[in-house]
Amino acid sequence: MKLKDLVREFGLEVKAGAGLLDRDVTGGYVSDLMSDVLAHAVDGNVWVTLHIHQNIVAVAAHKGLAGIILVQGRQPEKDTVAKAAEEGIPVMVSAFPAFELVGRLYKAGIRGA
Amino acid sequence: MALRRIRADLHIHTCLSPCAGLDMSPRGVVRAALEKGLDLIGVCDHNSAENVLAVKRAAERHGLLVLGGMEVASSEEAHFLVFFDLDDDLLRFQELVYGHLSGTNDEKAFGQQVVADEDDGVTGFSDRLLIGASSLPAQTIIDAAHAGTGEGLVVAAHVDREAFSIIGQLGFIPEGLSLDAVEVSEHTTAEEARERFPDCRNYPVITGSDAHAPEDIGKRHTCFIMEDASVGEIKKALAGRDGRKAVC
Repeated sequence: MKLKDLVREFGLEVKAGAGLLDRDVTGGYVSDLMSDVLAHAVDGNVWVTLHIHQNIVAVAAHKGLAGIILVQGRQPEKDTVAKAAEEGIPVMVSAFPAFELVGRLYKAGIRGA
Repeated sequence: MALRRIRADLHIHTCLSPCAGLDMSPRGVVRAALEKGLDLIGVCDHNSAENVLAVKRAAERHGLLVLGGMEVASSEEAHFLVFFDLDDDLLRFQELVYGHLSGTNDEKAFGQQVVADEDDGVTGFSDRLLIGASSLPAQTIIDAAHAGTGEGLVVAAHVDREAFSIIGQLGFIPEGLSLDAVEVSEHTTAEEARERFPDCRNYPVITGSDAHAPEDIGKRHTCFIMEDASVGEIKKALAGRDGRKAVC
């Protein structure tokens, strides 16, 4: 499954990296602790989080994640969008809370790690 | 010694922090602090104190006072500013943090971590993942900071921010956490913080710039009425003891 499939399927709002949505999603990870994501997310994962600060982009770039989905309609900070564009990390926003979004992603075939 | 007014910005990063620029060299920091009329600065890089002595030496020539410290990330991913009067206590604390910090820095993703001397010469690069969090719980950090040979000071950093603050991560300040003060960022005044976060009423409130670039140094400061710039004097000022005072 590609990021663009998720965007279409779940009505995600694309905030950065609109040209990079052809990326394959190898799996998913959900966490709001940066250190946990650094330790356990896997290359190609889509990361679900509520954090909107620019450190999420650095973490995603370091781990080679496919993209980041922010939950509950939370809007990324300006710096986050700029850094995401620079680093080539798609940042998307879902209106759903994390539990609801992850349930839907799982149902659509995205698995952990 | 007589009481005097000391303008302090206790939250300043150097080029050792991956998110700070190269212009935050020891001399660059000292120059900007003097330009802003500060009397005292606190050097606190993320999870490391390796540039503290260089900044102290660079500042000495100009009469700028420096408190050596660190901005350590707890296992809750909350940031704490920790300061010591004695460099040996700081270095021992650094050993504790390093022993509980894993990972290797990725310069491309997080930025360079430059270790410098007092003449702005580059003496090395830290390859630790300083942007990461230690596995030390908040209470352990506070206990360690208070267990030095000399005095130690612990301030919960930018508690008004959602990211990396004790209130942002936990929703409140756990009862019994023996913090010496809480810090608010440039976005909030001390008064607003006490209003918005009732837990702040239980602690002295200070403000600092959290500067990662020279132009941000001194953006916010705290004035201390005290005899000299030691942790012991600051603790007295925070507690309002012996005529000492802290005013945001």
